[in-house]
This record gives sequence, C-alpha cells and structure tokens, in this order.
Amino acid sequence: MTGIGGRLFDIGHMDAIAAGNSPMHRLDPRAKLTATLAFIVAVVSFDKYAISALIPFFIFPIAQISLGGLPAGYLFKKVILVSPFAVLIGIFNPMLDREVLLQIGSFHVSGGWVSFCSILVRFFLTVTAALTLIASTGFHAVCVALVKIGVPRPFVVQLMFLYRYLFVLTDEAARMVRAVSLKTFNGGVRFKTFASMTGHLLLRTLDRAQRIHMAMRCRGFDGRIRVLRSMEVGWSGAMFVVCWSVLFLIFRIYNIPKIIGGIITGFF
Amino acid sequence: MHMADALVSPAVGAALWAASAGLIGYSSKKVTDELDDRKVPLMGVLGAFIFAAQMINFTIPATGSSGHLGGGMILAILLGPHAAFLVMASVLTVQALFFADGGLLALGCNIFNLGFFPCFIACPLIYKKIAGNDPSQGKIFAGALFSAVVGLQAGAFFVVMETVFSGISELPFGTFLLLMQPIHLAIGIVEGLATASVVIFVWKARPEILNAPISPVPKGEFSLRRVLIGFLVATVVLGGGLSWFASRHPDGLEWAMFKTSGKEELKSPEKGAHESLAEVQEKTAFLPDYGFKAPESETSGEEGSPSRWPSVEVGTSVSGLIGGALTLVLALLIGFMLRRGKRSEK
Repeated sequence: MTGIGGRLFDIGHMDAIAAGNSPMHRLDPRAKLTATLAFIVAVVSFDKYAISALIPFFIFPIAQISLGGLPAGYLFKKVILVSPFAVLIGIFNPMLDREVLLQIGSFHVSGGWVSFCSILVRFFLTVTAALTLIASTGFHAVCVALVKIGVPRPFVVQLMFLYRYLFVLTDEAARMVRAVSLKTFNGGVRFKTFASMTGHLLLRTLDRAQRIHMAMRCRGFDGRIRVLRSMEVGWSGAMFVVCWSVLFLIFRIYNIPKIIGGIITGFF
Repeated sequence: MHMADALVSPAVGAALWAASAGLIGYSSKKVTDELDDRKVPLMGVLGAFIFAAQMINFTIPATGSSGHLGGGMILAILLGPHAAFLVMASVLTVQALFFADGGLLALGCNIFNLGFFPCFIACPLIYKKIAGNDPSQGKIFAGALFSAVVGLQAGAFFVVMETVFSGISELPFGTFLLLMQPIHLAIGIVEGLATASVVIFVWKARPEILNAPISPVPKGEFSLRRVLIGFLVATVVLGGGLSWFASRHPDGLEWAMFKTSGKEELKSPEKGAHESLAEVQEKTAFLPDYGFKAPESETSGEEGSPSRWPSVEVGTSVSGLIGGALTLVLALLIGFMLRRGKRSEK
C-alpha cells in the first residue's frame, strides 16, 4: 500500500464528484444503497461458468454513470488499479479446470478459462457498482442512509469520524515520511526508525483525540452524535429500488443475450 | 488479503455478513454501555491513524520488500476488543467503498477475517495472557508477535474456507491452504514485529496509555455468549450453503458434459451445407423456447437441443436465489432485532 498518498488524494476527487447535482445525485441515498446491494447479490449468485448472462447487468453502472454524469474513464481506471487480487486467485482456474467446455472449429476453450473470464466480469461489475454508489452519493450521505437503515449508531459515528480525520493524519504521516527521506541517503526507513516514527505518530494521534474530546465537551457533547438531516421515503426512491430489483430478477432468470441471439439467428 | 466480491458466493457472503453484523451490533452495545465518551473521538482518530500508519514503510533487510503496521492487533491492545472491532470494521468499510479493496458483499468476510480474530481471539486470549497485568518489554514483545501471527493465520485460513465454500475459484482446498498459510506466516511475523515495536515505544514513553484503556474490560466479564451465538448462526447458514453446493456440483458437471455434447452436435453439420443450415435454423429458432423452459429440457437431458453456451440453470438458479435471499433476510433481521433491542433499552 505504498501509493496510499495518491489514493487518498483520490478520495478528495471522489467527494468532488459526489457534490454534483443530477437526478442520480438527488436520489435518496437509501434507495441507491439498497439497489446496489441487490445488484451485487444478483451478479454474484450466477454459477461459475456464466458470462453472457452477466452482460445485461452492465446496464446498472452504465445507467448510473450516464444519469449522474460521472467520469467513466476515471472510474474505470480505479477498477483496474485494484484488480490484482481477483486476477491472482482466478488465474489458477485455467490451470486446474481443463475440461473442454466450448469448441469453435479446432479452437478449444477449457472450463477454467470460461470461469476465469466470469470472475473478471463479476469483479468488474461489483467494484464498479460500489464506486458509482460513492461517486454519486458521497460518504456522508451514505452514512446517514446507514443510520436510517438501522446500522448501530456508534459504528456510523465511527465511520464519520474516521473519514473526517483521515486527511489530517495522512497529511501528518506524509510530512514525517518526507522529513525522514530528506535526511537519509537511500530513502528507505530502517526498522528502528519505523518504530519511533509510528510510535510518535500514535502519541500525537492520542493527544489529538484528547483535544478533540475536550473541544466536543465544550460544545455540549454527551456521548451521542445527532445526525440532523431528515430523510423521507419518497416516490422516486421506492420506484428506483423496485424497478431495478425487478430488472435484476429478470436478468437473473432469463439469459437475455442468449434469447436475443436466438431470435437473431432464427431470422437466417 | 482482502476477499473480493468476485470470489464469494451469496450464501457465504451473507453468512459472514450476518456474523459481522451481529458482532458490530454487539460491540456497539458494549461500547455504548461503557459510557466512556472519551472513546468516541479516540476511536475515530485511531481509525484514521491506521490509514496514516500504512504510509510509513520500513525496508525489510535482504528481501527488497517493505512492511508496515497492520491494523487489528494494535487497536485491540489500545482500545480493548469491542471498540477495536468497530474501528477495524470502519477501516475496512472505507477501504471497500473508496479503494474497492474487497467489495460490498465480501465486506462481511473481510470484517470477520481481519477484525474478529485479532480483536476477539488473539488479543484477549493470547496477548493479555502473555503480557499480563504488569507487562515488561519482553512480555509485550512476545505477546504482540505471537498474537499477530495467530490472528493473521486464522484470518488467512478463513479466506481459504470462504473461497472454497463459494466454489467460484477452482483452487483445491489443500493447495490453496499451502499457498496462503506460509505467505501469511511471513506477513504475520513482519506485522507482529511492527506492532510489538510500536507498542513497546508507547509503553516506554507513556505507560499509562497502555494500562488505562485495557482495564475497563476485566477478564472475567468478557462474555463469549453473543459471540458464540454469532458463530452458531454462521455455522447454520454455512452448513446450508455447503449442502446447497454439494447438490449443485454434480449438476454443474452434468451440465458441462451436456454442453460439450450439444456443441458437437452443432458442429457436425458442416458436411452438407444446405441441410445443416436448415438444421441450425430449426434448432436456433427453438432457442427462445428453450430459454423459457430450461428446467424441463435440462432434467430430460435432450441431447439434441442445441443449447448455447452458457446456459441458464433455472432450477438451481432460483433455489440459489431464494437461498441467498433468505440468508440476506436473516442478516437484516438480526440487524433489525439489534436495533429494536437498543431502542427498548432507552
């Protein structure tokens, strides 16, 4: 996780995108959260050789990106950046599952390659869905939605606090790392230096927490954080969830690309 | 070692979501009950610290790679199990949402793998037993190192279990296990060393920090009951999921055989162009029908029906969907019940 500085800079960019104003942005965050979860469950529930049946699901992130005016290229790049784990685990499938599943002329495709492709398609779909959710909603709105859905409040408060101080502390850590790399020749941090750097960062963090607590007490903090944004179940939100869920159900039961292919080949 | 959505089946994902949701609810209640409002900002800022600390990398001599502080252990040592678990869950949630490490369905797995083991198993059962009430440098070192290794090994073992139960990856259990455990042994040692050195640093500089937050949870009071109930739910759901896959697997094999034979059937009419074209047309025109009536044609196993790859297994799919939906409903129910329980208290 060496590039975490760059990745954190990204969070700021995501927030800027989430501050936009579009039909997608204005939609109830709960509706978007629910629809995204339904989408992920539907995608992941396919059996491991499914590829064509997964294709119609691309409509969900695509519709969100287009309705919300989100930068597709930027999101795509983010997805590619995090793909190594899925690829690493999936790449063993072609080696282990050699049963021929598909034949095009003399070209044999083993089941392993099919399931590997399926893993990649799934990965792409689920990760894109999570990213579009944040890009069109913003972290705070998602947190508020979580409270309304019934996630325990201390956990949501924890999420908000974490997000608030993420930038502050990473800035501090970045300064420390820069200072050390300017004062050493090979640039690497030795273990002993690491321990005292991280330890100092931890001590500063604890002091900061104490200061924050005092400041909060001064402002009447009693151990509860109140979220002031009210949310009402609106028509648009409910419709959004219902329509998408029905669509996912249809996609799940009928293999749309296959049916279309059948109709088209039926003409000739 | 984040699990990815693409490798998790809904049954496994939902089961671990249920377990993690239960643990979050339980920990939230515990933290609220402690009534220590100092902890609210402390937890939040320490979560951010975990991110920040990952920017400080040290070089591991002679390997060319580098290591950094892992999350769970140091949090558990500083905050105690419940608060540490919440912080870890929040860190993983932010990672899943912003960095797409893991994913939303796999988030339950990740919280369980990386949060439960260090916070509820390794720290209270190993670190505290070794470090004890009057810690010394050696005790802290041994405790932190050993518990980090055990916590990570358990987490890695669960990654293997979850992947194998999900059945998406072809990796057999033994091979995957032999791949994961040694790698995570190495990572665990590096993480353990980092954790130990930082804890010792803090202990030397400000010993009261290490003593104070641990004491609110006396040893005898740590109730395993809720945790065990969570485990029980996870086991039942996993068991259900497992049997579901057991029945699915031969089906998948059959299906694959059927598929290959169906393809050969389609390929053969290359000899007579005219006849075969008519045949293909006849067969493909039949396709929409096949799409709708998949279960029948599948059970009868008609050799002739030219199914296209990949086909829909409507019978198993629907049952899979219902199974997945049921487990998700279960997870939601648990969350709902926790919320009701919290309300009635107030």
